[in-house]
Amino acid sequence: MLQVKDVSKTFNQGTANETAALRNLSLHVKQGDYVTLIGGNGSGKSTLLNCIAGVFNVDQGHIIVDSQDLTGCSEHKRAKVFGRVFQDAMVGTSAQMTIEENLALALRRGMRRTLSRGIAPKEKTLFQERLKILELGLEHRLDTQVGLLSGGQRQALTLLMSILREPKVLLLDEHTAALDPKTAVRVLELTDRIVQDRQLTTLMVTHNMRDAIRYGNRLVMMYDGTIILDVKGEAKRRLSVEYLLNLFDQASGEEFPDQKALLA
Amino acid sequence: MLQIAMGAVILGLLWALTTIGVYITYKILNIADLTVEGSIAMGAAIAARAIYSGMDPFKATILAIIGGVLAGLATGLLHTKLRIPPLLSGILTMIGLYSINLRVLGKANQSLLRLKTIYTVFGDLGIGKDRFSTQLGLGQTLPILAVAVLCVAITIFVLRWFFGTEIGYSLRSTGDNPRMSRSQGINTNSMIILGLMISNGLVAFSGALIAQQQAYADVQMGTGSIVIGLASVIIGEVLYARRSFLSRLVAVVLGAITYRLIIALVLELGMPASDLKLFTAITVAIALALPVFKSHWEPIKNSIRRRVDVTS
Repeated sequence: MLQVKDVSKTFNQGTANETAALRNLSLHVKQGDYVTLIGGNGSGKSTLLNCIAGVFNVDQGHIIVDSQDLTGCSEHKRAKVFGRVFQDAMVGTSAQMTIEENLALALRRGMRRTLSRGIAPKEKTLFQERLKILELGLEHRLDTQVGLLSGGQRQALTLLMSILREPKVLLLDEHTAALDPKTAVRVLELTDRIVQDRQLTTLMVTHNMRDAIRYGNRLVMMYDGTIILDVKGEAKRRLSVEYLLNLFDQASGEEFPDQKALLA
Repeated sequence: MLQIAMGAVILGLLWALTTIGVYITYKILNIADLTVEGSIAMGAAIAARAIYSGMDPFKATILAIIGGVLAGLATGLLHTKLRIPPLLSGILTMIGLYSINLRVLGKANQSLLRLKTIYTVFGDLGIGKDRFSTQLGLGQTLPILAVAVLCVAITIFVLRWFFGTEIGYSLRSTGDNPRMSRSQGINTNSMIILGLMISNGLVAFSGALIAQQQAYADVQMGTGSIVIGLASVIIGEVLYARRSFLSRLVAVVLGAITYRLIIALVLELGMPASDLKLFTAITVAIALALPVFKSHWEPIKNSIRRRVDVTS
């Protein structure tokens, strides 16, 4: 399905600030896999997602989806394949446009845009129907400007937009990290329900180890631009936060700061 | 007095096309595009040269619009393909256009007196020839007013349709949130180029109409036009803005007219014409700074209110 083959990415190459974000990283995500991707700050997990989505070009290696090599493809062309939700709730939607206009844009992801009407009349019912899944009452507010919604509402809407036209792979980049704890849980539960219902192939970055263990059928841990752990199925279900922390300590020779605090 | 007001309204309507162009780049694409200064003069220069060499004024005006579209294309390519910041891209095109406009016109200015223009064609149709208009002394102005209203109305109508299409939506989202747009599969570079082309096409259209109205084209006529455009956009937004796209476009047009009425008024009150640009610059600076003033004023207002509450 999604193959990341021997990918390297270095920022500020040849300068004093040179940082290798990904080092010869390979990852093969199978159809229907629901992968949680964890790692500390600077481990390269967001860079990996951005390289897959085409925000950055890779220095070396290939990004392949369904035997189609996307490596040199521009970001907007790859959108045909990927649905994406970002960490910042402001990034995924257009604040000045209405809920239905945003959805109409998302419904045409990967399609040729023409001079026909931006929203076809019959699409409104489709939007209302889909918005009901979110259980936020947004189905009654189709012509509300998105800028007037809360961060949690916007993130839920972005999630819906990312799957409105079913993506081959759903890429979630710490999409609940910037929300308040209560809203984060709601959006995560919603994500889980949608991914499970539709059997979506998903790559979810998180830095919360509990979430990484609770959700998905496969867990990948990164450190310093490489994968240091890749477990799935039964083995994943038996994982504990302590185990992951120990592994992290071994890999880095230092402690995983935020998680230690979380456990205390 | 009627003639002064009428003159201001006409000028406002002709400049409204420039203002709409500025609105598209500044408000929708989120780019301050200085190409405007060159493309308005370009529209005037192309139309004047073509009409002077005997071309039909309608064809000449269309040629002018094409010139403006190409100017927008140049800025768009500089920005998107060569990654030059938008402000600088606009300045580069603007400076380049100065030489091009001189070549087009063949000299620094060109009179169109007694030549056939769009307005004379409409005048020949009989507009403004009736006894009533002649008595009011509007025989010359009515055809111009008719053409100006018609052009603005058609432009608004077409733009309203366009920004309601799939491509129009993509252009709006590109200006508002380019990252989201790319993630939804929109080629943001193409949209920026397209927006700049539409905008500068309208600006050149405006330049061609202005040149025919004043029967005169000058390569210098663009100087300050971006500021005039911004002033009109802001005035329109503050005084008339509503939510729907159509009403925003109408607000922009009303803003352009209001700007001209204000200018006519201050001139009437005795301000020397040479001070106009300074006056406009200060007006725009104040209007752009309104949010800052507001943020300073709000706490003061609130503290006053609180004090009043306590004492009462």
